[in-house]
Amino acid sequence: MISIKNVNKSFGAHHVLTDVSLEVPKSNVVALIGPSGAGKSTLIRTINALEPIDNGEIIVDGISIHDKKTDINKARLNIGFVFQSFNLFPFLTALENVTISPMKVKGLSKEAAEKRGKELLASLGLADKCDAYPSRLSGGQQQRVAIARALAMDPHVMLFDEPTSALDPEMVTEVLDAIRKLAKDGMTMVVVTHEMGFAKEICDEIVFMADGKIVERAAPDKFFTNPDTQRAQDFLSKVLNH
Amino acid sequence: MYMYDWSVITRNMDVFIYGALKTLEISAISILLAIPIGIIFGMGRISKNKFFRLISSIYVEIIRGVPLLVLLIWIFFVLGQFLKLGSYWGSIWGLAIFAGAFIAEIVRSGIQGVPKGQMEAARSLGMSHAKAMTHIVLPQAFRRVLPPLASQFIMLIKDSSLISIIGATELTLDAKNLVATSFRSIEVWTFVAVVYFIMTFSLSLIIRYFETRLSKSEA
Ligand SMILES: Nc1ncnc2c1ncn2[C@@H]1O[C@H](COP(=O)(O)OP(=O)(O)OP(=O)(O)O)[C@@H](O)[C@H]1O
Ligand SMILES: [Mg+2]
Repeated sequence: MISIKNVNKSFGAHHVLTDVSLEVPKSNVVALIGPSGAGKSTLIRTINALEPIDNGEIIVDGISIHDKKTDINKARLNIGFVFQSFNLFPFLTALENVTISPMKVKGLSKEAAEKRGKELLASLGLADKCDAYPSRLSGGQQQRVAIARALAMDPHVMLFDEPTSALDPEMVTEVLDAIRKLAKDGMTMVVVTHEMGFAKEICDEIVFMADGKIVERAAPDKFFTNPDTQRAQDFLSKVLNH
Repeated sequence: MYMYDWSVITRNMDVFIYGALKTLEISAISILLAIPIGIIFGMGRISKNKFFRLISSIYVEIIRGVPLLVLLIWIFFVLGQFLKLGSYWGSIWGLAIFAGAFIAEIVRSGIQGVPKGQMEAARSLGMSHAKAMTHIVLPQAFRRVLPPLASQFIMLIKDSSLISIIGATELTLDAKNLVATSFRSIEVWTFVAVVYFIMTFSLSLIIRYFETRLSKSEA
């Protein structure tokens, strides 16, 4: 479903991604973990071309994302993206946040978009928040609206860049529950996360990055009990013991 | 000692009212022309197109560096000769070109003030750059630019007094003529100051009213 082949990327002289390759089969959930500055955000942002690449290839759903001939706006319809800082549209209500793109991009009627939007918000426990502006919502609620907004485009793939890092601890669960549900429904996902318990529970594979490289890939059980590389061991001992 | 005679004001009230209305009319038309100019060149300042960006920067920098009075005289005597503008349209275009450069800067900073994540979120939902601009970024930039845009309009009303120099009829020119015939310069200019203040202050009150309404609707 997602195929990343030999991707390189630099910011000026700073080589941020070095020869990164990764396959994510349909309905798999991959956790991308690693120390700060490893290049996790940069990598996940290249998957929907929010970040350009220097060379290599990324194919999502059969479409070569960074090919100049690709209509990136069409390609992005298959790819939902959830940001650490939500990035909801502050001047629109929760429902309008969810319906604007289906209406303006897919040309859905207002009625159809709202019907779908309300269903999505309700399925995420936000039935009573349709008319609320983002500033009136808690962080957890805002992030669930952002998830509904992405899902409203009917993506085949969902990308999450630290979806719970900006949240107060008591709100982390509600967002993780939403992602868990998506996993159950068979959504293909890449999740950058520091929630190790969550990664272990729902992910099919852990991808550990450091210094712009994929250092280790393993099944969660293996990775968290007996990682192969020293880098992963050091990282785990730091995050699990603090 | 100077003997004040305020009857020159009451006797000539129609002159002041006519002048004030002309001032408002010229300012309003100028700002209506200046806003699209400002939007175009403000977007030009941050455009990906190098040529458009260069043209926009040149426009903004030149206008900001030339005094309005000089610009008005230049437009009237140089451009006006070719385009047969006359003092009315000459001064309106002069004011519009002048205010347009400042509005361009207001528009530029308004767009740049919208967090980068807004454009990214819109693009990630499949919107083209143009759609993301139209539906997501500009509506937010618009709210940011209203207050500085309003002060620009107030400035324009005051700046319009300079067009009397190229003979466009408005409050200041009417006052000059009245002083020339009545010799009541203190009374006339004092009252003119009051009239300008009334126009600009009522405008700020109106703007403040709309600003509070706008911020209420979003909170
Ligand atoms: N726009 C940018 N310009 C220049 N350098 C950048 C830019 N974005 C990221 N970097 C650099 O690229 C490297 C990787 O950054 P990235 O944000 O991908 O790391 P990360 O793994 O997501 O870290 P974190 O866990 O802190 O989010 C860092 O050294 C960062 O400073
Ligand atoms: Mg990051």
